[in-house]
Amino acid sequence: MSAQDPIAAFRVEAGELLGDIEQALLDLSHDLTSHDLVDSVFRGLHTLKGSGAMFGFDALAGFTHHCETAFDRVRKGQVPATEELVTVILSAMDHMQALVDGDGAGLEAVGDEILGRLHQAIGAADASVAVEPTAASVAAPLSAPAASGWRITFRLPTDCMTNGTNPLMLLDELRSLGDAKVTAQTDQIPSLDELDASQCHLGWQVELRGDASRADIEDVFIFVMDDMTLDIVPIEADDADETQAEAAPTTALAADTGSVASTQATPAAIEPGTGDAARNAKVAPAKAQESVRVPAERLDVLMDRVGELVIVQSRLAQLSNQGVRGPAGELALRSVAEDIERLASELRDTMMVLRMVPVASLFGRFRRLVHDLARETGKTIELSTHGETTEVDKTVIERLADPMVHLIRNACDHGLETPEERVAAGKPEAGHVTLSAHQAGGEVLITIRDDGRGINRERVRAKAEAQGLIEPGAQISDSELLQMIFHPGFSTAAQVTNLSGRGVGMDVVKRTIESLRGTIDITSNPGDGSTVVLRIPLTLAIIEGLLVRVGEGCYVIPLAVVEECIELSLEEDMRSRGRSFITLRDRLVPFIRLREMFATGTKPDPHQKIVVITTGGERVGLVVDQIIGSHQTVIKSMSPLHRDVATFAGATILGDGSVALILDAVQLVAFGQEQEERLRAAG
Amino acid sequence: MTASILTVDDSSSLRMAIRIALNGAGYDVSEAVDGLDGLNKAKAAKFDMIIADLNMPNMNGLEMIREIRKLPIQLGTPIIFLTTESDEAMKQEARAAGATGWLVKPFVPDQLLRIAAKVLGR
Repeated sequence: MSAQDPIAAFRVEAGELLGDIEQALLDLSHDLTSHDLVDSVFRGLHTLKGSGAMFGFDALAGFTHHCETAFDRVRKGQVPATEELVTVILSAMDHMQALVDGDGAGLEAVGDEILGRLHQAIGAADASVAVEPTAASVAAPLSAPAASGWRITFRLPTDCMTNGTNPLMLLDELRSLGDAKVTAQTDQIPSLDELDASQCHLGWQVELRGDASRADIEDVFIFVMDDMTLDIVPIEADDADETQAEAAPTTALAADTGSVASTQATPAAIEPGTGDAARNAKVAPAKAQESVRVPAERLDVLMDRVGELVIVQSRLAQLSNQGVRGPAGELALRSVAEDIERLASELRDTMMVLRMVPVASLFGRFRRLVHDLARETGKTIELSTHGETTEVDKTVIERLADPMVHLIRNACDHGLETPEERVAAGKPEAGHVTLSAHQAGGEVLITIRDDGRGINRERVRAKAEAQGLIEPGAQISDSELLQMIFHPGFSTAAQVTNLSGRGVGMDVVKRTIESLRGTIDITSNPGDGSTVVLRIPLTLAIIEGLLVRVGEGCYVIPLAVVEECIELSLEEDMRSRGRSFITLRDRLVPFIRLREMFATGTKPDPHQKIVVITTGGERVGLVVDQIIGSHQTVIKSMSPLHRDVATFAGATILGDGSVALILDAVQLVAFGQEQEERLRAAG
Repeated sequence: MTASILTVDDSSSLRMAIRIALNGAGYDVSEAVDGLDGLNKAKAAKFDMIIADLNMPNMNGLEMIREIRKLPIQLGTPIIFLTTESDEAMKQEARAAGATGWLVKPFVPDQLLRIAAKVLGR
C-alpha cells in the first residue's frame, strides 16, 4: 500500500479513472440529457489530463485535452451529447489506455484518426483544439535586473488575512530580495472601537536596495496583485535618506519580524528536482504492479488477530522458559496450542478476505462489451446484472474475464435473435442478457443467461455426428448432448461472424474454468434462451488436497479432481506392463506410473495404489506408493526457474517442514491421453 | 514545529506526489480524497496550509474553500488551489471563494515547495 512511486500509482489510478469514465459514458448513452453524467465524464477526463501531464504522460495529456474540450462544450450546452460522440469517446478511451500503458510511440495515427471522428461528432469546424501550453508555471520570467533599488508602496485588501495571506510573510520575502527598509502606513487604521482584528488596515512602504528586478518584486505579490494597490518605482540615489528619517518612528512596528528574514531558506535549496526525474526515467518502462484495494476495517480485523497472536506467542515463550511440568503444565501447553490453531484458522480466513474484490469490477467491463456487440450485430440488447457485491479472489476475477467475454459474446451473437425474429416469435424486441453472481458455501456461482433462441439440439447432434463424437442415432442424454459444445473445434454457427463461431472458444472456456478448479454447466430451452452457470471456488490460495507418497517424495493431488482410489495388485501390475491400462467398471483407463515419470529410482511398494483423477470428462490413473490422507494445502507458487515444469501446479509445505509438490491434474490427464493415443497408434 | 499541510485531491497519484515532495522538505502531510473529506478534516484539525484541487467529486474545490473559510478553526489558513485552467475566470472565482493562491498543473516539486515556503514563511 505504501509504495512510494507516483508513476505506478498513476498507472493504476488512470486505469480506474478510465473505467469510471467508461461506465459514465455507457450510462450516458442511455440518458443523453443527464447533466450529472456529462459532468462526471468531464471531471474524469480533466483529472486524467491533469495527472497525466504531472507525471510526464504528455501524449496522454495532449490527447485527453481534446476529449475534455469536447465534453466541456457539451457541459456548457454548446453542443448536445450524441450517441456518436459517446462512441467516439469510448474508442478514445482505448487509445488513452494504450497511452497510459506505453509511451504512445507509433500510436499517433490512431489518435489523429479518433480526433478526426471527434471533430465530426461535435460538428466542430470551429472547435479550438490547439493543445494549450502545458508548461505554464507560477514563476514569472526574470526580466533585466534593476539599478540601485526600488520604492515599493502597497496596501493589501482588508480581508487578506482571513484569506490566508500573511503580510509579514510578504515583507519577509521582500527582505530576502535585498536590504529592505520597511515603513508602515498607519493612517487608515480606524479607532479602537471600530477595529476588527482580523482585517488589515495597514499599508507599507518598502525601500529595497539590491539587484532585484521589478518582476522579482511582482512575484512576491503574485497571489494578491489583482486586489491590492502596488506601486513600484525606482529609487533615486539621493532621496533615500529623507524617507529613512521620516520613517524612523514607525519602523519599530515591523522590526520584530526582522529576525525571521535572515533565517528564511532559499526555496531552491530545499530539494533539487533532479532526483525525481532520474527515478521517473528508470521506472517508466516497468509494468504497473498489481495492487488490491483493501477496506480499512478489514485491516483492523487482521491487526486484531495479529495482536492476539503476539499475546499467545508470549505465553508460549513463558511456558518454554518454565518448562512443561506435570498435568498443569501440559494443560497450559495444550491451551496455547489450541489458541494458536484457532488464530491460524482465523488469520487464514481474514487473509483470504483481504484478497477478495467484488465482482462488480468484472461485470462493469461487460457493459462496454454488450454496448459494442449491440452495435456490431444490429440487435437491441439489454444487460442487467445482479449480485455485484459478491466477492471473489482477485486472481480468480482476472482469470474469469476472458471466458466470460466469450460466453457473453456467444449469448449476444448466437443466442439472441434479431429484433425482427424476436417480434415474430412474440418476444419483446430487445434481447436480454443477465449476469448474476452469488456465493454458495465455498463457491461462487456466476450465471450468464440470455432470453434468445436457445441451443438447437438437432444442429448440435448433426455436428457431433459429423465429427464422429457420437455414433449416428446413438441415444444420449440432453445434458451430454449439450456438453458436446465444449469439444475442441466444435461450433454450430452456420456462418463465422466477426464475433464468434470460429470454433475456438467453448473448449478454451471450459479449460480456463477448470484451471480455476471450477465447473461449467449449461442448460438451454429451445425458444427460451440458455443459461450458463460457472461454479468457482472462492480462493485459489488454499485447497483440499490428497497427500500421496511416490518413492521418497510427497505430492499433493487436488481433492476436487480425485474420483476414487483403488489398489493396484501385483498381478495387475505385472499384467499391465507396457500397456498401462486398467479396466475400471468396464472402461479402459490409462494410468501413469508416477515413480517412473519422476524417475525416483526406488522399488515400488508391495501395495501400490491408483488414484483416478478426472478433468473434463477424461480420466487417468496415477500410480502412487502410498496414500497418506487428505491435507489442507496452502498453495505456494513455483520459483521462476521451475514455473515452466508443466506437471506441477505449485508446492506446499508440510507439517514437518518438508516440501510437497502439487500435481497439475489438467496436464497429467492430457499426458495420459497422449500416452493412450500413442499406444493406439502403435496398435 | 513542523508545519502541517492538508492536501485535498481526488487523484491519489497526485496526492502521493505532493506528499513525497512536502515530506521531503520536512512538512507534515495529511490527505483528503475529495471536497467533503477535505472539509471534514479541516473541521477536525487546524492546518498550517491547505492545498486543494478544484475539480473533485462530492464537493468541488470552490465549495470546499467557501465552507472552510467559515470555520473559525481555519481562520487565516492559507489555501492554495491547483488548477489546469489557464482561464482567468476560474482563478477569480476561487479567489473570491477565499483561496490564498494557486499553483498551475503540471508543476514540479520545486514549484510546490516555493509556494509552501512563500505562504508558510519557513
